Amino acid sequence: MNNTLLILKQEYLKRVKKKSFIILTILMPFLIAGVYGLVIYFSIKDDTEERTIAVYDATNLFLGEFSEEGTTSYHFIPKNEYETLKTNLKGSGYYGLLFIPSDIYSNNQAQLFSEKQLPFELTEQIERKLSRFIENDKRQKVIEESGIPDLEERLSKTRTSVNLSTLKVSQSGETKKSSSVVAFIASYAMGLLIYFFVFMYGAMVMRSVMEEKKSRIIEVIISSVKPSQLMAGKIIGTALVGLTQVAIWLVLGGIGLVVVQSFFFTPESAQQMGQSIMESQGQMNPAAMQAAQPNQVKEVMEMIGNLNLPLILFAFVFYFLAGYLLYSALLGAVGAAVDNDEDSQQMVFPVTFPLILSIMLLFPIAKNPEGPLAFWCSIIPFTSPVAMMARVPYEIPVWELLLSMGLLVLTTIVCIMAAAKIYRIGLLMYGKKVNIKELIKWLRYKG
Amino acid sequence: MELFEARNVNKVFASTQALTDVSISVKEQSIFGLLGPNGAGKTTLIRIINQITAPDSGEIFLNGRKMNRTDISHIGYLPEERGLYKKMKIGEQAIYLAQLKGMSYRDASNNLKKWFEKFDIMPWWNKKVEELSKGMQQKVQFITTVVHQPKLLIFDEPFSGFDPINANLLKKEILNLKAEGATIIFSTHNMGSVEELCDHIALINKSKKIEDGPTDEIRMKYKTNIFDIKYRGEFREIDLALGTDYKIISHDESDKANTLKVQYMNGKSNNELLSSIMPAAEILAFEELIPSMNDVFIKAVEESNKN
Repeated sequence: MNNTLLILKQEYLKRVKKKSFIILTILMPFLIAGVYGLVIYFSIKDDTEERTIAVYDATNLFLGEFSEEGTTSYHFIPKNEYETLKTNLKGSGYYGLLFIPSDIYSNNQAQLFSEKQLPFELTEQIERKLSRFIENDKRQKVIEESGIPDLEERLSKTRTSVNLSTLKVSQSGETKKSSSVVAFIASYAMGLLIYFFVFMYGAMVMRSVMEEKKSRIIEVIISSVKPSQLMAGKIIGTALVGLTQVAIWLVLGGIGLVVVQSFFFTPESAQQMGQSIMESQGQMNPAAMQAAQPNQVKEVMEMIGNLNLPLILFAFVFYFLAGYLLYSALLGAVGAAVDNDEDSQQMVFPVTFPLILSIMLLFPIAKNPEGPLAFWCSIIPFTSPVAMMARVPYEIPVWELLLSMGLLVLTTIVCIMAAAKIYRIGLLMYGKKVNIKELIKWLRYKG
Repeated sequence: MELFEARNVNKVFASTQALTDVSISVKEQSIFGLLGPNGAGKTTLIRIINQITAPDSGEIFLNGRKMNRTDISHIGYLPEERGLYKKMKIGEQAIYLAQLKGMSYRDASNNLKKWFEKFDIMPWWNKKVEELSKGMQQKVQFITTVVHQPKLLIFDEPFSGFDPINANLLKKEILNLKAEGATIIFSTHNMGSVEELCDHIALINKSKKIEDGPTDEIRMKYKTNIFDIKYRGEFREIDLALGTDYKIISHDESDKANTLKVQYMNGKSNNELLSSIMPAAEILAFEELIPSMNDVFIKAVEESNKN
């Protein structure tokens, strides 16, 4: 036991003291936050490029409609200039050339010439201007023909937007505001996290075993400790590295959340942000947006709070540990069985296939967490760490969770025993091409 | 007194017999040579002693007791295929390996420093293994094998990778360890070092022990009754005196001394040979040629392969 502890300590310290671990652990949250920050920044940020669009309006109706908007300005040109520009846009200084044909009212078609790929915002802006003008014009005519002077007002009052808020009724009859979107995101994120952790740390165990075998130190080590002690120390030590990483991230995340909440999500700033998003997107229905916006951030926070966080955290640690133990034992056995990198790649695939399958099925599972696919994947032990983790945010029946956990624990124990045997035999086996059939033969060896 | 004993050890791998009924016993404070051609089963036996593999049948004793798992802390093992953690500093690594053998951190650190000084590698204490020359890595490996003062030491080809100077240093240290009370099992193909170091040998071929005994006795056993004789006199006289009972292998007459290599057939003795020659010439030197370990090895293995 003492030896297991020594190995555990050695493996743990070796990894935790590595620069790459420190950098990855500290940097990762910032990296993720940074990427999201950038995405948000760019979507809010004003487009600063100055553009001038030349407009030839064959209808002579739109002159007033195309005023400057943002950084885009419009310059109306006569027909002859249009003809020359059309063939010679380059070097003219115009960003694009808009042609409004005389039959736009009946055809709803206009043309925008440009040398470059036009930003989506710009085409959308022009389309909106044209559509709005024509729509208003046509509506005006309808109003005039109908003889009802306040028709416009009355029609606008009929405009409706229904907001569906989803409420979850728990077994005790309590209703909680939940959001299928929030649950979906949590579900997907949890599944992904488990997948990455199990894969990353499982592979770490495998590489560590291979390194010992390749460098031949293994013979010295197992003349001092039992292979099972070595494997246990290695696996537990590496698991602790993973948990250390999660703990650091939780602390950093907690600090980050507090900082973000206190600095950015004051009511005013939320409103401001909402408005700026609205403006930049040029929403058609400002009235509905305005009502929804200020509360949205608060509501999302509330919905996150309504997820069963202790259960999720517990399930995460459980499925991480069990899934990791299962796969790292198998990968450790693979590492012991092979003695070169090419062979290991061939062997890793069949072993990790269920894990890869579960990540491929993660999207349908997270989308329909009560369906048969989700059910079976979360019960079958090799896929359950990812699949069940994806279902946990949806508050699934307790018996399913217990069944899944029980089966996973049983399978893990059986696999560890099998892996230990392969490990012990494989460690000193050199120069032999190993395949699955061979490994199964090893399992039948005695002693 | 026997420190180590293996009784009727058998081991089969899949379809190959690795060891057949092998028994050896090793006296305390002696050096025991475990010899044999490649693939004979030496490494398997060594791994069984180290409890890395278990025998199919047979028993292993240490100090008269059946050996169990905890006894491996009393063994120091230097395998033929050496290896250390490449990325680890050698001092830290040596301490770790010593701790795995049951030493406390403090004892390990103190003892290791002494050994590092002795082998002149103290300045490399904080260097990573990959920065070291191969010879230096071998020294570190040797130190990690002996640092926990094991009662039983097992060296598999200890001199491979050493230059002659360091090989000598190592030889001296091995004899030192023996003098201090260690018992050593020594496996090698270098027969010269066997003659120099081993008190006792066992020869294994094709999973079976074919020879076992004190080194001198084994060599005597394989002697072919050939003598080197230096004499003053006429070769013709000697040739005549010896007659057909003896076989003259070679003779050489030079200015300083005449020499003769002669072999007697079974049934004769040294003294008979001597008394046959004496009347014919003046004997200056009379020396029996004891076969080298190398000859013994080849002869024993070839004979065993014939059967």
